[in-house]
Amino acid sequence: MFARGLKRKCWDGDEDVEGAPAAPSYSLQRQSLLDMSLVKLQLCHTLVEPNLCRSVLIANTVRQIQEEMTQDGAWQLPAPPVAGRGPLDHLVSTEILCRAAWEQQGQRPAPDLPSELPGALGAPAPGSAQSCIWEADSSRGHRGSFPKSLDQIFETLESRAPSPVEGLFADAGGPYYDLDAVLTGMVGGKSGPGGGDGLQALAPAGAPPPSASCKRDLGELDHVVEILVET
Amino acid sequence: MAGAGGGGCPAGGNDLQWCFSQVKGAVDEDVAEADIISTVEFNYSGDLLATGDKGGRVVIFQREQENKSRPHSRGEYNVYSTFQSHEPEFDYLKSLEIEEKINKIRWLPQQNAAHFLLSTNDKTIKLWKISERDKRAEGYNLKDEDGRLRDPFRITALRVPILKPMDLMVEASPRRIFANAHTYHINSISVNSDHETYLSADDLRINLWHLEITDRSFNIVDIKPANMEELTEVITAAELHPLQCNVFVYSSSKGTVRLCDMRASALCDRHAKFFEEPEDPSSRSFFSEIISSISDVKFSHSGRYMMTRDYLSVKVWDLNMESRPVETHQVHEYLRGKLCSLYENDCVFDKFECCWNGPDSAIMTGSYNNFFRMFDRNTRRDVTLEASRESSRPRASLKPRRVCPGGRRKKDEISVDSLDFNKKILHTAWHPADNVIAVAATNNLYIFQDKVN
Repeated sequence: MFARGLKRKCWDGDEDVEGAPAAPSYSLQRQSLLDMSLVKLQLCHTLVEPNLCRSVLIANTVRQIQEEMTQDGAWQLPAPPVAGRGPLDHLVSTEILCRAAWEQQGQRPAPDLPSELPGALGAPAPGSAQSCIWEADSSRGHRGSFPKSLDQIFETLESRAPSPVEGLFADAGGPYYDLDAVLTGMVGGKSGPGGGDGLQALAPAGAPPPSASCKRDLGELDHVVEILVET
Repeated sequence: MAGAGGGGCPAGGNDLQWCFSQVKGAVDEDVAEADIISTVEFNYSGDLLATGDKGGRVVIFQREQENKSRPHSRGEYNVYSTFQSHEPEFDYLKSLEIEEKINKIRWLPQQNAAHFLLSTNDKTIKLWKISERDKRAEGYNLKDEDGRLRDPFRITALRVPILKPMDLMVEASPRRIFANAHTYHINSISVNSDHETYLSADDLRINLWHLEITDRSFNIVDIKPANMEELTEVITAAELHPLQCNVFVYSSSKGTVRLCDMRASALCDRHAKFFEEPEDPSSRSFFSEIISSISDVKFSHSGRYMMTRDYLSVKVWDLNMESRPVETHQVHEYLRGKLCSLYENDCVFDKFECCWNGPDSAIMTGSYNNFFRMFDRNTRRDVTLEASRESSRPRASLKPRRVCPGGRRKKDEISVDSLDFNKKILHTAWHPADNVIAVAATNNLYIFQDKVN
């Protein structure tokens, strides 16, 4: 299972290297850490009760990353829509623009958009992830939704699309993405390598029972869509 | 500094030459999961050494009496008793398996010919009595030698049964089962100095038990939040003070230790003392909290100090000073630059234990690559040793190891990238009086002792 020695996926030790190709930007590293953490939280659900200490530590790490990303405005939504496309394009193009922005700047992106929205986007997942995990000992109701959302996360990661949006929403539950009907029409035209695939992964494969936290997610999603439409 | 005490036992771990003594366990490369040792503990005299494994078994080794004709060789540890302590269970209500893995073993002080120990898995604690039988009664009136009942009409005379010697048999029997008191996974048990009570701690609660009473326990700490979504901190270890029966400590995943006095109130949610070292802002990262999580806390034998183990270091605290530890020992600082990889492969969540020597002058803890570390508190010297089959010739001295943090590797050094992170030494134990140590390396138990000149 473990190779002898360390895998270097995490860019450990690259700081020492001079003259080498530039180490991945801080933002990408941070995003990768966030994605990895979310996957770890998902994989907690095995036959044996998950290790609570490990789950708490990972969730705290996710929260820290998200707080920092919120301060940086890394949750920022993109500029007004390209002419001729529906307003819901924004969700499709978010990850591409975020990726482009990071690659261009190579730095932590400066906050230049109101943080209200990023807060809305950032909030649901840790809440839902947490409630799903901590309550594992009292109800197994969320269990059915995890394999599907795990697939979503894996697809997201495999397509190398560092999208906070997809990663976080993946565990908020499928049925709230009734956007799939709208998205299928638009996705084909996008050139981003991961954009289309990643978002198709959001199309629900089933309908897990809604929970209080998922309902809250839905409310916030509506709020986000409302704002996009107004823009 | 607490007195070095301990009669003829030389202080510290580094004036000594550590030598291989014994190794227990299978040699194959293929390690059965059930054979992985999960806890190691000497009893109060050091004559008995208990191990628990993932398969729920307990193996007890006994030290042979020193051989008068060979005064230079210390007693060897041989198998004394083996028994199945816990079995896997299934919680039907939650659809979850309950592992049989033995998380902790704690011995009770010996009060008669029998030995008692507490062993626990994630949910249930059991009190085991280990007793010897070397005599057998023969000549019963009501039953035959093979145990069958005799026909009453055939009994024509009465006789007194006679005790006859037999081969030594060591029996383990469960005397108490303390169950259904923990919703979360038990991580610690600790016997009180009153020899009547003990505590058990899980991720969110600590219970106090009386050894005689199994259907009731007192909850003395409860950190479960009303809304589980607000949970950010869990209990990682707990221990009762070795001398004061009203005092205990518990450590958390945020790197803090709380000392509580049970005289203050029934529910010890308010601590009497709070031990936390202020964070160094220059070394803050996303991993800071994870590596500050305390995996083990142990009082010194004197009761004056306590030791905490976090991912990269061991800290010694004076119970009278809450603001910072009196000593900090780096276990494997070279891993600090690898935290991201160690987070990815989950090694960063490994729970290393630590232990004191008898006189409290030295401390020991494990690391990766089957390395373990010893720190002499008096001389301030430390040493890295390895538990391996290669250096397991009888009485062979252990050679100190060096890890090269980066750059040019000197001869005999091993580079960080060559370390085997599957070979982790999480559990170690030090004999209460002598310089004999037990080190669990996956499925093998190594016993080392100092060279007697």
